[in-house]
Amino acid sequence: MNTTNAAGGWPDALGHFGEFGGRYVPETMMATLDRLAAEYASVKDDPTFRAELDALLRDFVGRPTPLYHAARLSEQAGGASLWLKREDLCHTGAHKINNCLGQLLLTRRIGKQRVIAETGAGQHGVATATAAALFGVPCTIYMGAVDVERQALNVLRMRLLGAEVIAVSSGSRTLKDAINEAFRDWITNVEDTHYVFGTVAGPHPFPWIVRDFQRVIGDEARAQCLAQLGRLPDAVVACVGGGSNAMGIFYPFLDDVRAGAVRLVGCEGGGHGVASGAHAATLTAGSPGVLHGSRSYLLDDPHGQIREAHSISAGLDYPGVGPEHSWLKDAGLASYAPVTDAEALEATKLLARSEGIIPALESAHAVAHAVKVAAELGAGAQVLVNLSGRGDKDMGILTERLGL
Amino acid sequence: MGRLADIFTACRARGDRALMPYLTAGDPDLATTAALLPAITAAGADIIEIGVPFSDPLLDGPVIQASANRALAAGTTPTAVMDLIAAVRPEVAAGLIYMVPTNLVQRHGLQRFAEDCARVGVDGVLITDLPPEEAGPWQAAADAAGVETVYIVAPTSSPQRIALAAERCTGFLYCISRRGVTGVQAALPPELGEVLARIRAVTSRPVAIGFGISTAAHVRAVGQIADGAIVGSALVQAVADAPPERRVAVAAEFVAGLRA
Repeated sequence: MNTTNAAGGWPDALGHFGEFGGRYVPETMMATLDRLAAEYASVKDDPTFRAELDALLRDFVGRPTPLYHAARLSEQAGGASLWLKREDLCHTGAHKINNCLGQLLLTRRIGKQRVIAETGAGQHGVATATAAALFGVPCTIYMGAVDVERQALNVLRMRLLGAEVIAVSSGSRTLKDAINEAFRDWITNVEDTHYVFGTVAGPHPFPWIVRDFQRVIGDEARAQCLAQLGRLPDAVVACVGGGSNAMGIFYPFLDDVRAGAVRLVGCEGGGHGVASGAHAATLTAGSPGVLHGSRSYLLDDPHGQIREAHSISAGLDYPGVGPEHSWLKDAGLASYAPVTDAEALEATKLLARSEGIIPALESAHAVAHAVKVAAELGAGAQVLVNLSGRGDKDMGILTERLGL
Repeated sequence: MGRLADIFTACRARGDRALMPYLTAGDPDLATTAALLPAITAAGADIIEIGVPFSDPLLDGPVIQASANRALAAGTTPTAVMDLIAAVRPEVAAGLIYMVPTNLVQRHGLQRFAEDCARVGVDGVLITDLPPEEAGPWQAAADAAGVETVYIVAPTSSPQRIALAAERCTGFLYCISRRGVTGVQAALPPELGEVLARIRAVTSRPVAIGFGISTAAHVRAVGQIADGAIVGSALVQAVADAPPERRVAVAAEFVAGLRA
C-alpha cells in the first residue's frame, strides 16, 4: 500500500499539521503517547502487520467495498453522476471498523490487555466492541447519556458483543463528554489499557494513526474511479464530525487536489442552521483552540468554555474536529459546508426511495450536499460520495421525524 | 529565585514544608472565594492553588468537576477571577498559583493572561494540558511578565521528561502522586518515594505533591520527601458539604487541621 505522505510531510514528529494538532494533554499521558507513536511508526510499514490487517479487512470486514453508480439519484439531482463509496456495507455497518481492527492489532503489539473507546452514534463503539471480541480483549465503551437514548440499538449490540457500556451524564451528555470520561479512564489505567480513539482528532499520534487506518477508503475509491469511470472524480464529498471517514477518503486525493483535478468538500452538522447557534459546524463557524488534546477549530464562547454542539446526527454532534481538517481548510485544500438536520432527513428519504439504500444520518449529510454539488457541476461531471454508514441505528429518530 | 521558591525556602527554614490548599474559583460563587482566600491563609496556607473552572477538564475527578460546574453555573469567567484576585490580594499573604487549561489562556490571550497574572498578584501558572513541548509561546509571555511556570511530573514520566520539565519550569514541579485524576484516596501510593528520588536525581527545583492528599497524616508523610503538599478534593468537598454560613469556618478549620 502507498504510504507516502501526500500532504507534504504532516504530521511532523510532534504531531503538528501546520499550526494544528500537537499534544495538549496532562503529563500523565505523555509517556504513553510517546510510546504509542514510536510503536506505530515501527509497525506501520511492517509487511507482517500490513498483511494481518489486510487479511482482516478482506475476510472480516468485506473489503474492498463497492463503488456504486447511483443512477436514479443522479437523475433526480439533475446534473453530475453520483458515485457512492459503500462503506455502509462494511461489517458492523460503517467505516469505523477499518480503524478499530488496525488499533486492536496495535494493542496486541504494544502488549496492552484492555481497550476503551468513546462513541457518539455508537458506530465506533460497536466497531471497537466487535474488534475486541475478535481479539478476546475486555472492552469498555463510554457513551453520552443522550446518545445512549437516541442510538439504543447500538447500545444493545455492544452489550451483546460483550462490551461494558458506560452512560456518561456529565456536561452535554454527548460525544465530547464521552471523550472526557474515556480520557480520565485512560489517565487512570494507562499501564494496561489502550484507548481506541475513534476519529482523526485527539492528541498525536491519534490523528495520524486513524487517518492511516482509514485511508483505505480513499485508496480503494481512487483506484475504482480510475477503473470504473476511467478518470478521477471532479469532487469528493464526505460528512465531518471528528472527520475520520472524510480524512480517509480525502487523503489519497490530496495530490490530485494540488494538481487542480479534484475538489474536496466536507459536510458538517448544520443542525437548525448556523445562524441559530444550534449546530455542529466547527470549521464553518468555529475558531482555532485546544480541545481533547490537540489544537484545531472548535466551538467555544468568548472566554474559551466549550459550547454544546447540536446535530440530529449523534456522530456529527461534536464541538471539535480533527486537526488535519483544520489544516486542509486553512491551506485551501478542502472546503467545508454545513448541512441542516432537515436537509439530512430529506436526503435519507431521497436515497432510500431512489436507490433502496438507507444511509446513516451522518452519511445523509454528505448525500444532501453532494446532490447540490452535482447540480452545480452539471452533466458530465462525476461526484464521489462517501456513504460512511448505514441507517438501521437511526430508525428510532427517523420514525419520529419522518412520521413513518 | 522567584517568589514561589522563596516561600518553599522560608518553610524549610522554619523546619516545615509548604501547605498548599486548592480551591476552584467561583465555587459556588466569587464572593465565597473572596472570603475563603484570606481565611485559609490565616489558617496556615503557604501557597494557594486556584482552579479556573473549565467546561471540559481532563485531569479532574468527580469532586473538582462538580465544583467547576457550580462555578460555571454562577457565571465565573477568567476575567472575573482576575478581578477577584486583584480585590483580595492585599489581604492574602500566601503565594497564589492558577491551575487553568490551555483553551482559557489562549482565548484570554497568552500575553494578556501573563500580564494580568502579574498585575493582580498571581505568582505562578500551571496549565494542566500544556506539556513543555507545546509551551514555548506561553513561557515567553510568562517570562516577560515575571510570572512563574509550573509543570507537572507524573509517575509515568521518564527521567528525560522529568529533566525537560525541570529545565523549563521557573516555579516548582508539581508531582502528581499517582496515575489517575484528582480525588481522595485512603493511602499514598508506595512507589511515591521512588518517584521523588527520580525527580531529586535530576533537579534541585522545589517539588510539591498533589492528588489524593487529604489528611494531616498524608501531609506529614509528603513532608518527609517533598517541599509541599497540595490538598484539593478533600477541602473542596468539605466546603461544599458545609451550610453556606459555615463555609469559611469549615475551610479554615480543615486547613488548620492539616497542620495538626
